Amino acid sequence: MSSPESSASGYTKRDWGSHPPLIHPDYKSTVLRGPTKPLIPLQPGLTEMTGPVYGHEALAPLDADLTRNGVRNGEPVGERIIITGRVLDELGRGVPNTLIEIWQANASGRYVHAADQHAAALDPNFFGGGRCVTDLDGRYKFYTIKPGAYPWPNHFNAWRPNHIHLSLFGTSFLSRLVTQLYFPGDPLLDLDPIFLGTPEAARDRLVAKFSIDATEEGFALGYAFDIVLRGPLSTPMEG
Amino acid sequence: MADFKQTPSQTVGPYFAYGLTAKQYGYPQTSIAEGVLVGDDTEGERITLIGRVLDGEGKPVSDAMVEIWQADAQGRYTHPADPRGSNSTFVGFGRLGTGTDPQNRFMFQTVKPGAVAEGQAPHITLILFMRGLLTHLYTRVYFSDEAEANASDPVLTAVPADRRGTLIAAREAGANGVEYRIDIHMQGPDETVFFDA
Ligand SMILES: [Fe+2]
Repeated sequence: MSSPESSASGYTKRDWGSHPPLIHPDYKSTVLRGPTKPLIPLQPGLTEMTGPVYGHEALAPLDADLTRNGVRNGEPVGERIIITGRVLDELGRGVPNTLIEIWQANASGRYVHAADQHAAALDPNFFGGGRCVTDLDGRYKFYTIKPGAYPWPNHFNAWRPNHIHLSLFGTSFLSRLVTQLYFPGDPLLDLDPIFLGTPEAARDRLVAKFSIDATEEGFALGYAFDIVLRGPLSTPMEG
Repeated sequence: MADFKQTPSQTVGPYFAYGLTAKQYGYPQTSIAEGVLVGDDTEGERITLIGRVLDGEGKPVSDAMVEIWQADAQGRYTHPADPRGSNSTFVGFGRLGTGTDPQNRFMFQTVKPGAVAEGQAPHITLILFMRGLLTHLYTRVYFSDEAEANASDPVLTAVPADRRGTLIAAREAGANGVEYRIDIHMQGPDETVFFDA
């Protein structure tokens, strides 16, 4: 295997072959919001090797179950799904005890967010936000409802593919990641400038895989989604 | 053995507020962090870090999310990699959206950090997410009243001299105490310096 490119401090660098560019004109908002000057290299020190640590104390009991954490008077509408996988570093080591925050539209493609004016139904029993913390192997699991597609004003007849937003911390502020999970076989992926802003070779890392093993009999379809973060090149202890 | 390559970043989009900053925006859910970093037992000089995010036309961005990470007043990080730790409940992490202030400002109530090590100037790390940003940006905030330390800080001095000012927050006496003001300019002659950290 190829080892991740290292910086002298022993933390992997941001791999610009994996991440979208800062200005991607097909995604129109980037044109006035992306910086135009090159980033300046910064040699990571203690400031960068540290970062906020949130563990199980940050969680409420239903935080990882979006099918239940917004319930008022019944079941949320839509297809119940499970999203599960591991948070890993580039050496394949699990990242334990790290917080994952997610948010998403409901089954009809509508967000709870006050600014979302899409004329699709809100679901009184679905909030669309959740959290969980990885276990000692870096494993996580959310129960939720499959989000619907929704229109957006980027271009004529623009629709976002079904997606779930994720936010992760990892081991330091350098491993911070906000991303989106997509679903296999979605025809909107080939038309979406946000997904297509990602370097081609890296796009399939954003698409979850259907998993019969993660599927729960009589209850919900399972999708597997591993997330790879930047991390230290070595740990003080073996193993 | 399989290769493990970084999961690509994607934009935070316009609808992060109820997920990541629920309490600030008035949703009934809790948030892991907000704009107040200090507690009763936090030692150090209380400051408010105030700023806006301005797009390429100079317009304030109303749907950005700003996170800050800083050492305590003694220059110690609350993290296992800093063996000194912090002797208070100070965590040093803040998160705010720019959509609740009428002028789209972020306002963090915190303490002025100490220098992390000999030869470094006090600084706060700031990362920026917003619709229209597919990969988040990383920058630092330095302090205008630390001219001497700033002049020898290894990160700041690696920035071209004519752009260093974009990273320096101006100290002012505000109605509620010491304020440091800094705007993040995405583009234009004052484009903020962002780092590839
Ligand atoms: Fe979205």
